[in-house]
Amino acid sequence: MSSETQTILTTDGIPLEESLKKAEKKNKIKAFLLVCPLLLFLIITYVFPIGDMLFRSVDDRMVTNMLPKTFKAMEQWDGKELPPEEVFEGFYLDYKKLVEEKTFGKLATQLNYEKNGFKSILKKLKRKMKKFEEGNYKEQIMSVHKRWADVEYWRALKRRAPAYSYSKYLKGVDMYENEDGKIVQVPEDRRIHKILWLRTVEVAFFVTVFCFLMAYPIAHLLATLPMKYSNLLMICVLLPFWTSLLVRTASWMILLQQQGIVNDFFVWIGLVADDNRPEMMYNKVGTYVAMTQILLPFMVLPLYSVMKTISPSLMRAGKSLGGTPFVAFWKVYFPLTIPGIGAGCLLVFILAIGYYITPALVGGASGTLISNHIAFHMKSTLDWSFASAMGLMLLSGVLAIYWVYNKLVGVDNIKLG
Amino acid sequence: MALPKYTEPHYRIWHYFYIFICSCVFFFLIAPLFVIFPLSFNAEEFLVFSEGMKRLDPEAFSLRWYHDMVYGTKNPWGLAAKNSFIIAIFATLGSVLLGTVAALGLSSRHMPYKGIIMATLISPMIVPLIISGVAIFFFMAKVGLAATHTGIVLAHIVLGTPFVVITVTATLSGFDHSVTRAASSLGSDPVNTFMKITLPLILPGVISGGLFAFVTSFDEVVVVLFLAGLDNTTIPIQMWTGLREQLSPTILAVATCLIVLSTLILVTAELLRRRSERIRGINR
Repeated sequence: MSSETQTILTTDGIPLEESLKKAEKKNKIKAFLLVCPLLLFLIITYVFPIGDMLFRSVDDRMVTNMLPKTFKAMEQWDGKELPPEEVFEGFYLDYKKLVEEKTFGKLATQLNYEKNGFKSILKKLKRKMKKFEEGNYKEQIMSVHKRWADVEYWRALKRRAPAYSYSKYLKGVDMYENEDGKIVQVPEDRRIHKILWLRTVEVAFFVTVFCFLMAYPIAHLLATLPMKYSNLLMICVLLPFWTSLLVRTASWMILLQQQGIVNDFFVWIGLVADDNRPEMMYNKVGTYVAMTQILLPFMVLPLYSVMKTISPSLMRAGKSLGGTPFVAFWKVYFPLTIPGIGAGCLLVFILAIGYYITPALVGGASGTLISNHIAFHMKSTLDWSFASAMGLMLLSGVLAIYWVYNKLVGVDNIKLG
Repeated sequence: MALPKYTEPHYRIWHYFYIFICSCVFFFLIAPLFVIFPLSFNAEEFLVFSEGMKRLDPEAFSLRWYHDMVYGTKNPWGLAAKNSFIIAIFATLGSVLLGTVAALGLSSRHMPYKGIIMATLISPMIVPLIISGVAIFFFMAKVGLAATHTGIVLAHIVLGTPFVVITVTATLSGFDHSVTRAASSLGSDPVNTFMKITLPLILPGVISGGLFAFVTSFDEVVVVLFLAGLDNTTIPIQMWTGLREQLSPTILAVATCLIVLSTLILVTAELLRRRSERIRGINR
């Protein structure tokens, strides 16, 4: 058979295969064009800004551009002893220019992030500088404050010389680059970020476990009850789901306060003394209780949708083959619900790890999570590049779990009510 | 869930224990919402049940906090409610428009790179709000839209579209494409087919996605905290400030109104879901 006899032609005389391919391509383009507006919108307003965050977190050009002469002179300096006269002269000229432009405050803030105590000596230098004479700046600057004669401060200054640095990321995991250029941990008593990361993971993990333990029985009940009753009970799951997060948090604040109903109940059943009511809010307990209730529907819904598809005859078959109800449940029913468990747990964990509102309101100092720390740096210290670095570290963790979720469950299978 | 007569005693006990556990969990889910109702009618200024309330004394109940919510001096709630509704309505329109069109493309079997594009479109729902907030704040500040309604609406469209995409693709997954082909073969152009055939069939999904987008925007506080100026205050922002500074009964009055609103939305969403299943011929 020759290939020519095989080719089927359309009425236009074009080979069918080619014509089909053309139509397929047209359909592809059509589908893509429909998605395009949203995709472009998200890329501009969402994906690109997150990329901008990445840039911000390593961008350190501000200090570099503020002290050009200093850093130029510092290139020759090995950092072992006090820098030579040229460095001091460069610094004097740069700083004088900043004072004239009135932008020295920004420099002071930035350098204070690097080493505490920079702000005050820079202010003092600004005052004394007016009377400086020409030449021998090293002596003159060192006479302003004894810290200017401390080589540590000059090393700290040199660390800010590169235009891009990953130091914010190191700070986020309680590490820093020491004088010899080695990456080491900060002293034990100052490792605050490590505690925060561990606490965030711990809270997210236990909230997921609590949600699972509470959601499994009720999802099972909802899936096995007759439609009439289960629809009514489903409202108990869906109403909190649709209710404002702040309203739910507010109700927990009322319940958990020291004179609140939960404490009243404990006193009434004699668990605690009336004058010794435990503090249940503004600590981890409050965070756990409120977050578990708020995230519970996200666990119930995927479990329910999986359990709904399991035929009750399977359990009956298990029992009729001689298994006790518990064996039948464990060997037959439970393995079939694993996809639902995976979907629910991953979803709750992802949502819990980035939680902000509830911990900020009921968490107090010991119940705040990494998100609260990011907000603190955005709003209070204004160290935006550090906030960006922390955010991106959190994001990379979340995206890793999201990827697993996508592989196991598929994003298009997320169930919403 | 009546037990058969032959059930052995220990399974009977286990069964009642199981029902008890389930009741406790349902109570845990729903009870916190009901605490707010009676306390919002408290005549006193404290957030605990007064002695009078426990005795059901009519004197102990009053509408003063509702009065305060509407007519209070230097009242922020009026402006907040107006802003919230304006922002939520525009954000919903935007999300529904962009989301539905994208969902139509995504559920076509010819769509290239479906997995990665879907994952990208859903990501605003998954990424922690604080990160979205920081990123969108940097962007809006750069283009000069921080502290404007437009900026907040755009941000809420970003956060709302995943819900529309998910609900509409779910509705389209059971969609019988032969009806659109039938329309085309009868001489209808694509736009007409969409308006007359496809849209009415997927409308329940579109509306329930819109409801999700509305609630997301109406309840959103993290991103607005970064973006809002004094003129853009919303109900969640006011509640957030109130909860941080001083928990006053006025907040509970607002919260009660919000619970009523969410109940209405829930009922609408449920009815739509059932209607959608009926239209698409899914019987459960």
